[in-house]
Amino acid sequence: MAEVDEANKPLFAGLSDVSISEDIPVEGDITVPMASSSADDEFSTLDEPVKDTILRDLKAVGNKFVHVMYPKKSSALLRDWDLWGPLLLCVTLALLLQGGSADSKEDGGPQFAEVFVIIWFGSVIITLNSKLLGGTISFFQSLCVLGYCILPLTVAMLVCRLVLLLVSAATASFVVRLVIVTASFGWSTFASTAFLADSQPPNRKALVVYPVFLFYFVIGWMILTFSPSS
Amino acid sequence: MSASEGNKNTNTEPWGGFDDNLIQGTGSAVIDMENMDDTSGSSFEDMGEMHQRMKEEEEVAQEAEATEEDTGEDGEFLGMKGLKGQLGRQVADEVWRAGKRQASKAFNLYANIDILRPYFDVEPIQVRNRLIESLIPIRMINFPQKVAGELYGPMMLVFTLVAILLHGMKTSGTVIREGTLMGTAIGTCFGYWLGVSAFIYFLAYLCNAQITMLQMLSLLGYGLFSHCVVLFVTYSVHFHSLFYLLWLIIGGLSTLRMVAVLISRTVGHTPRLILCGSLAALHMLFLLYLHFAYHKIVEGILDTLEGPNFPPIQRVARDLPDIVAVMNATVKGLAAGAMHTQ
Repeated sequence: MAEVDEANKPLFAGLSDVSISEDIPVEGDITVPMASSSADDEFSTLDEPVKDTILRDLKAVGNKFVHVMYPKKSSALLRDWDLWGPLLLCVTLALLLQGGSADSKEDGGPQFAEVFVIIWFGSVIITLNSKLLGGTISFFQSLCVLGYCILPLTVAMLVCRLVLLLVSAATASFVVRLVIVTASFGWSTFASTAFLADSQPPNRKALVVYPVFLFYFVIGWMILTFSPSS
Repeated sequence: MSASEGNKNTNTEPWGGFDDNLIQGTGSAVIDMENMDDTSGSSFEDMGEMHQRMKEEEEVAQEAEATEEDTGEDGEFLGMKGLKGQLGRQVADEVWRAGKRQASKAFNLYANIDILRPYFDVEPIQVRNRLIESLIPIRMINFPQKVAGELYGPMMLVFTLVAILLHGMKTSGTVIREGTLMGTAIGTCFGYWLGVSAFIYFLAYLCNAQITMLQMLSLLGYGLFSHCVVLFVTYSVHFHSLFYLLWLIIGGLSTLRMVAVLISRTVGHTPRLILCGSLAALHMLFLLYLHFAYHKIVEGILDTLEGPNFPPIQRVARDLPDIVAVMNATVKGLAAGAMHTQ
């Protein structure tokens, strides 16, 4: 019924109902100056105290940590991505892995740089790979997910260091560390695929998962072969 | 391609606007030159080129529409308002737009990963089949064999080789002074893949072989599968004789496959000999190098643990206590001498 009525009306009848107030310049500018300033006030975080900003960012990072430890199919990691968490984790892991070889004087520097470069360079490669395979995820979202999923491996590194301090028998400590690192490596891979694999076409998931597997394998293996110089 | 773009003229300003031909001119020339000698018969290169061309034509058309609309309105304004600062604003506007156009063109040309997208268009089952096929030499060398031009498999194999090398380096206690373990491994593997591919492609060009750079990269990359397998086995199980056996069998099989593909695409005995001889030599020698450069240490340590006879080659890490002792003695001697002269 409504369609018949609409077809009978002349084409531009509704246009006369539109009114333009006089103080808005009609120069092809779509945005209305009044509305834009109020929108700015709502989202501007420039005037709040620094403590508020830091606490809010820390809370966001902590929230994402929780999501990684219990990987359910949520989109919190993807929706508001940030790179603070990955940076924190990367620096922590690199500091913990420092000084773990025969010549600690000379390898102290390169160890840190090595871990840093491996993590970021590896993440970039995996992201490019998943984009080239037709993924729908954006560049920084993918970096964010891969960085956050290093959390289980960082926790494993802390536990391994404790084990190395407390347990003196070489074989027992190696077996315990192997179990811990394997478990955390599996956890990391599983967590990141839970977030990343959804953005791929279904028959190509294996192609995206393999580089992620390799990436966490290399990191996990660096943790396993870490032995502090005394 | 460039002829049609050159006819657009959006100069409506009295001072002669920016020349759009310069900015929009040569966007797709790079792609054209690359694919001029396509002899493979596969559609990967064509898809990439067509995709790129279509995208650029769309963008150019959109930008041309946008600029025509804008400059049309501005022209009318100029007539009505004269020199009331409209000119200055227009100039600034046009500069901004031209700069943005140029930057986005440069970005699209150099940072556009869509150029590589067709080369990653594979299914897992295809990758698996190609991995297995890389170890099976083909029999028919009378007509050119088809080589898949994809980059996913080779890249993953190079990274796997890097991971295996790292394992080998760490196990053997290699100490790298200037640089990092990771840097060395990545440099070695990528350098081999890209460098040797380029070299063999150059030789193929000299010998009139029908193979493109992409196919060469792909062929050599899949040949690294044999390297990965051999190194993985021998870094876990340390037997010299086992390594030589695997080197001959698995390395040999993958070399035979690559050589057969190249022979099927070359005419004449001498070119075939040159091309295949150099490829076989480089391939086998690389595997030998990877094994021996990072494996000697483990052998040395194992031998000394087993018996009193020392191996002939000692590396720096194990000599360190001696050097430290010598240094301490020297320093003490020098200090004593200094004290005496005072």
